[in-house]
Amino acid sequence: MLMKNEYDAVVIGGGPAGSGAATAAAKNGLRVLMIEKRAEIGSPKRCGEGLSKSAAERMGIKESDPAWVCQNIKGATVYAPNGKFARVDFPDSEGWVIERKIFDKNLARKAAEAGATVVSKTEAISLLKENDKIIGVRIKHQDEEMDVKAKIIIAADGVESKIAREAGINTTLKHEDIASAAQYEMANVDVDQDRLELYFGNEIAGGGYVWIFPKGGKNANVGIGVRKPFAKRKAIEYLNDFINSHENLKKGSIIEFNTGGVPVGAIMKNMVTDNFIVAGDAAHQVNPIHGGGISESYVGGRIAGEIAAEAIKKDNTSKEFLSKYNDIWWNERGEKLQKIEKLRKVVESLKDDDLNWLADHLKGEDLVELSKANKFKFLAEIMMKRPSLLLLARKLI
Amino acid sequence: MIEVNKNKCLRCGGCISLCAVSALMLTEHGIKCDINKCVNCEACVRFCPVDALKIKDE
Ligand SMILES: Cc1cc2nc3c(=O)[nH]c(=O)nc-3n(C[C@H](O)[C@H](O)[C@H](O)COP(=O)(O)OP(=O)(O)OC[C@H]3O[C@@H](n4cnc5c(N)ncnc54)[C@H](O)[C@@H]3O)c2cc1C
Ligand code: SF4
Ligand code: SF4
Repeated sequence: MLMKNEYDAVVIGGGPAGSGAATAAAKNGLRVLMIEKRAEIGSPKRCGEGLSKSAAERMGIKESDPAWVCQNIKGATVYAPNGKFARVDFPDSEGWVIERKIFDKNLARKAAEAGATVVSKTEAISLLKENDKIIGVRIKHQDEEMDVKAKIIIAADGVESKIAREAGINTTLKHEDIASAAQYEMANVDVDQDRLELYFGNEIAGGGYVWIFPKGGKNANVGIGVRKPFAKRKAIEYLNDFINSHENLKKGSIIEFNTGGVPVGAIMKNMVTDNFIVAGDAAHQVNPIHGGGISESYVGGRIAGEIAAEAIKKDNTSKEFLSKYNDIWWNERGEKLQKIEKLRKVVESLKDDDLNWLADHLKGEDLVELSKANKFKFLAEIMMKRPSLLLLARKLI
Repeated sequence: MIEVNKNKCLRCGGCISLCAVSALMLTEHGIKCDINKCVNCEACVRFCPVDALKIKDE
C-alpha cells in the first residue's frame, strides 16, 4: 500500500470537511494522509443533496459540473401548516440538487491531486498519545492495524465522531441540537422540478420540516428532519404519513432509503487542542435553520487545513496557536450561524396558528433575507403585530 | 444495554452523537453497544429515526 507511517497531518474522514482540510493542507505544502472508513467515499449518502450557488462559491466552486448536477434549482416554495405557500424565486436562492456520491468523490480527487494520499476502507481506531500528548493515530486498513504518526490530526469524522471526545473535546449533542432525519430517494413522482419544496408544521414535522428536493426527470429526494421534544413520533412515521397524504408522491417508488442526524446547534467555541483540530459535522458546523452542511463542512475543513499548515511551518502545534482556527472560523461562519440558531429557536416555538398567520404576512423575498440571517428586525416587527408573538419577537432583537 | 434491530438500522451513525458515554460504535456489521459503558439513558433510543434501538434487560 502507498501509506507511510508518518505524515505532517492525518485527516480522519473523507466527506466534504475531510476533503476541504486535506486539499488546503496539501496545497500549503504538508504531507497529508486522508483516511475514510467506508469502502466508497460518499456512499451511502446522508443528505438531501441541496446546494445553493452561494454556498458552492464559498467552497471555491465557480461553475457547476454536469457530472454532479441532477437538477438546476430556481427557487423554493415554502408551505405553512394550512397549505398556504410563499414562493421564493430570486437569483440568491438559485442552486442545484446534486449527486453526493459523485460530488464527494470529486472533492476527494481534488485532495489527491493537491498531493494528499487518500485511502478508503481505512478507519481511525484511536488516537496515539505519548505523555498525554497526541502524536498520531492507530488505523485499521482493511484487516491490518498500524500506527501512523502525525504532527496534527484533523478529525472530520462526521456526525458519528468519537475521535474529538478522545482528544478531550466534548462533542456530544442533546436532542434539541440534532435533527433526526429520514429520506427516500423517489422515482416516478410528480413534483415541481424547478423549486425546492419545504413544509412546516408541528403535525407535519415537529421541530423541523419536510423537504422535497427534485432530482431531475421524475425523481426527488423526499425527506424529513424532526427534533425532540417537539416531535411526538419517529421521523419515519411522519415521513410515511406525509407521502401517503400526497397523491403525487404516494404513487412513487423508493430508489434509496437514508437516515441520519443533522446537528442544528451547539455551535462550538473551542474546536482545538494540542496537535488536534475538529471540523465539519463533527464540530457541528451546520446551518441551524435548514441543516445544510456540505459547504459549511468544506469551509470548516479548509480553514483547519490552512491553520494546520501554518502551525507546522512555524513549528507550533499547541492549542494556543491552533485556536487561530476558532477565531477565523467564528469570524467567517460562526457569528452568522449563531444568529441563525437564534432564528431557529424562535421558529421552533411557533404554533401552527402562528405559522399560518406568518405565511399571510411574509413575502418570498423576506424568506430569502431570513435564510441569509441578514435582517431579523423586520421579522420581529411583523411578529409584534400579533400579541401572542410579542415575547418571542423580542428574542430576535 | 442497547439492542439493535438490524433489519431497521441503516447505519447512519446519528445515535452515536447523543451517547454521552461513547458506548455506541458503528462497525461494518452495524451499530454495536458496549455493555460496560452503556448507562441506559435512552438518548439513542429516542433519537433513532427508524426506531431501530431498544433497551434490553441484562
Ligand atoms: C438526511 C440528511 C439530509 C441532509 N441534507 C443536506 C442538504 O440538502 N444540503 C446540505 O448542504 N447538507 C445536508 N445535510 C448535511 C450534510 O450531509 C453534512 O453536513 C455533511 O455531509 C457533513 O460533512 P462532513 O465531511 O463533516 O461529514 P460526512 O460527510 O459525514 O463525512 C464524514 C466521513 O468520516 C468517515 N468516518 C467516520 N469515522 C471515521 C473513522 N473513525 N475513521 C475513518 N473515517 C471515518 C465517515 O464514514 C464519513 O464518510 C443533510 C444531512 C442529513 C443527515
Ligand atoms: S440512529 Fe438508528 S438507523 Fe442510525 S445508526 Fe443509530 S440505530 Fe441505526
Ligand atoms: S442508552 Fe444512553 S448510554 Fe446506552 S448507548 Fe444509548 S445513549 Fe449511550
